[in-house]
Amino acid sequence: MKIRSQIGMVLNLDKCIGCHTCSITCKNVWTSREGMEYAWFNNVETKPGIGYPKDWEDQDKWNGGWVRKSNGDIQPKIGGKFRVLANIFANPDLPEIDDYYEPFDYDYQHLHTAPESKHQPTARPRSLISGKRMEKIEWGPNWEEILGTEFEKRSKDKNFDNMQKEIYGEYENTFMMYLPRLCEHCLNPACAASCPSGAIYKREEDGIVLIDQDKCRGWRMCVSGCPYKKIYFNWKSGKSEKCIFCYPRIEAGMPTVCSETCVGRIRYLGVLLYDADKIKEVAASESETDLYERQLEIFLDPNDPEVIAQAKKDGITDSIIEAAQKSPVYKMAVDWKLALPLHPEYRTLPMVWYVPSLSPIQNAVEAGTLGMNGVIPDLKSLRIPMKYLANLLTAGDEFPVIRALERLLAMRAYKRAENVEGVEDIEVLKQAGLTKKQADEMYRYLAIANYEDRYVIPTGHREMNVPQAYGEKSGCGFTFGNGCGTGNSDVNMFGAKKVTRRDVIKTFKVGE
Amino acid sequence: MSNINLLLFGIYPYIAIFICLVASWIRFDREPYTWKADSSQMLRKQGFRVASNLFHVGVIFILLGHFVGLLMPESIYHHFISSADKQMLAMVSGGFFGVLCLIGLIMLIKRRLADDRVSASSKTSDIVVLLMLLIQLILGLLTIVVSMDHLDGSVMVLLGNWAQSIVTFQPLEAAASIGSVHIIYKLHVFVGLSMILMIPFTRLVHVISAPIWYFGRKYQVVRER
Repeated sequence: MKIRSQIGMVLNLDKCIGCHTCSITCKNVWTSREGMEYAWFNNVETKPGIGYPKDWEDQDKWNGGWVRKSNGDIQPKIGGKFRVLANIFANPDLPEIDDYYEPFDYDYQHLHTAPESKHQPTARPRSLISGKRMEKIEWGPNWEEILGTEFEKRSKDKNFDNMQKEIYGEYENTFMMYLPRLCEHCLNPACAASCPSGAIYKREEDGIVLIDQDKCRGWRMCVSGCPYKKIYFNWKSGKSEKCIFCYPRIEAGMPTVCSETCVGRIRYLGVLLYDADKIKEVAASESETDLYERQLEIFLDPNDPEVIAQAKKDGITDSIIEAAQKSPVYKMAVDWKLALPLHPEYRTLPMVWYVPSLSPIQNAVEAGTLGMNGVIPDLKSLRIPMKYLANLLTAGDEFPVIRALERLLAMRAYKRAENVEGVEDIEVLKQAGLTKKQADEMYRYLAIANYEDRYVIPTGHREMNVPQAYGEKSGCGFTFGNGCGTGNSDVNMFGAKKVTRRDVIKTFKVGE
Repeated sequence: MSNINLLLFGIYPYIAIFICLVASWIRFDREPYTWKADSSQMLRKQGFRVASNLFHVGVIFILLGHFVGLLMPESIYHHFISSADKQMLAMVSGGFFGVLCLIGLIMLIKRRLADDRVSASSKTSDIVVLLMLLIQLILGLLTIVVSMDHLDGSVMVLLGNWAQSIVTFQPLEAAASIGSVHIIYKLHVFVGLSMILMIPFTRLVHVISAPIWYFGRKYQVVRER
């Protein structure tokens, strides 16, 4: 057993209101530079829909994630090492910018400088890639927002596989939910495996997956390797970039920007201890529907004395073990089994998990035919089909989804009985396999969702990375690997473009 | 004339190689963020797969062919092949891959200059590199035409002697070997040396980083703190 720790995330989809505050704050902090305008480390999709980039879940098209070979070994779906290098001159599995969307800005300045005319001046769109006028915007980062576009197009959603999807195109049966997405910081990242330069690595101490920008050579295989399409090629710097899980904040014990600014309080951050020796074996599980349950086996009980002893032996500090014992992520994913991984069938063992969303009970109520299973309504009468959620979260196995939703409903029924009728309805909890203690805690974490409960993040002890702290005194902070200075000269002998300067749209064109 | 000959083919090679090595070292050490292949594939995929593969397959074969062909001493290859046959082999295979490379290169140049997105994100050096490659490739293909006049392999031996003298630090012998060959060969060598000199200042550095180590490493990389 080799114990490592990771900061994992849980998103409670039941409370997501699709406000995009996470996406916007993330973009403002990390990806507002030229070359990255099209990239959203965090984005919120309306499901069902093909998503961003287009059809990202269709691995027959993009070949992301891992495949299990007949000999029981796994390799990236884009191919073994030889095929990866053979495709290095032109990667056949690489999305084009139009698969995301062509980023644009508007000629706002024209509104100020337009000469007097009969018609009101307008601010027309302009491509941030070519600098040229765009006559019509055909696609954007969230084109399908709240069921935008026709059902015909949205129904290409891979999560409709093995479903009779036509009826969900009817107005009465339509359903939707939000899916905020970010890098999954996987235990078995396919991006890292497909990087020819070995520039992508997982940090031992907190599991954050990063791209070493100085080692990345821009071979762009990671973009294809990642099944979540959460690696973005910066067309200006020629290097790939990805969600960094706000590691400078995490190291300081602060939540990521997307979590901190979530107005719905849907995000949770906490430590999970896991057995690194089991990763390969679990990722190579024969059946795709086993992957969720088997990933749970990797996580270790932070209250088990044996685990604590081994963790200490493996160099995990007391503050991390203590945080793991209070981890909301452990509670929701392992203890209560409310949170489920996103597309476990990709075999990447993702570490950003989702509590499936409840949905309104269909017209069954009006018709008086609502199926009840005790106090809990029959989940088949929920508007979002179980099969859809299962395809999204558990490789098609409906059981874990039903269990999670029943527990959410049972907790509500229990609290309702307690607060409205003044009785303690333990029976409903038993039906969902919960104890009173668990239900009370669930209520506290899910409904009250205090800041201190949602974010239990040990500080990173970065001082341990600097054996001679005195020498760092008055040193430089962030650099691009060239010491403190990028130089004052505008001309770089090696052709580097200034990151802080926009080259394509230098200024506005007056009166065009 | 012989002084210029000595300067261009006896001394310039060392200048070019020296600058290439030292400047690459400086760039790798001081500006690692600029060290990259600088692909523009994601901006425009159309036609890229054919163009880039044709170009790269062609150019890699040609470079390997030059490396082996110029540096293998006569005394070794004569065990397998005569000079005349070796020249014929070089002309046919080099000509074939040269044409593949040329087709790919022209497609890439068209894309680089004519495509809105690619041209807007191009650096001057990207265009200079492509045009230099075009000149060099055309010169290289022209040498095949010139070689038709002497199929005995004698000029090829002179060029081989030049390269072997350079790498064994004999600039005077090197300049003497190449002195009598056709101007096309000399131009081809000169442009080639200039491109070696350009490597550290352009995207050509990606050639040095060909990721063969990928075969040897484990799939997952975990960094300890």
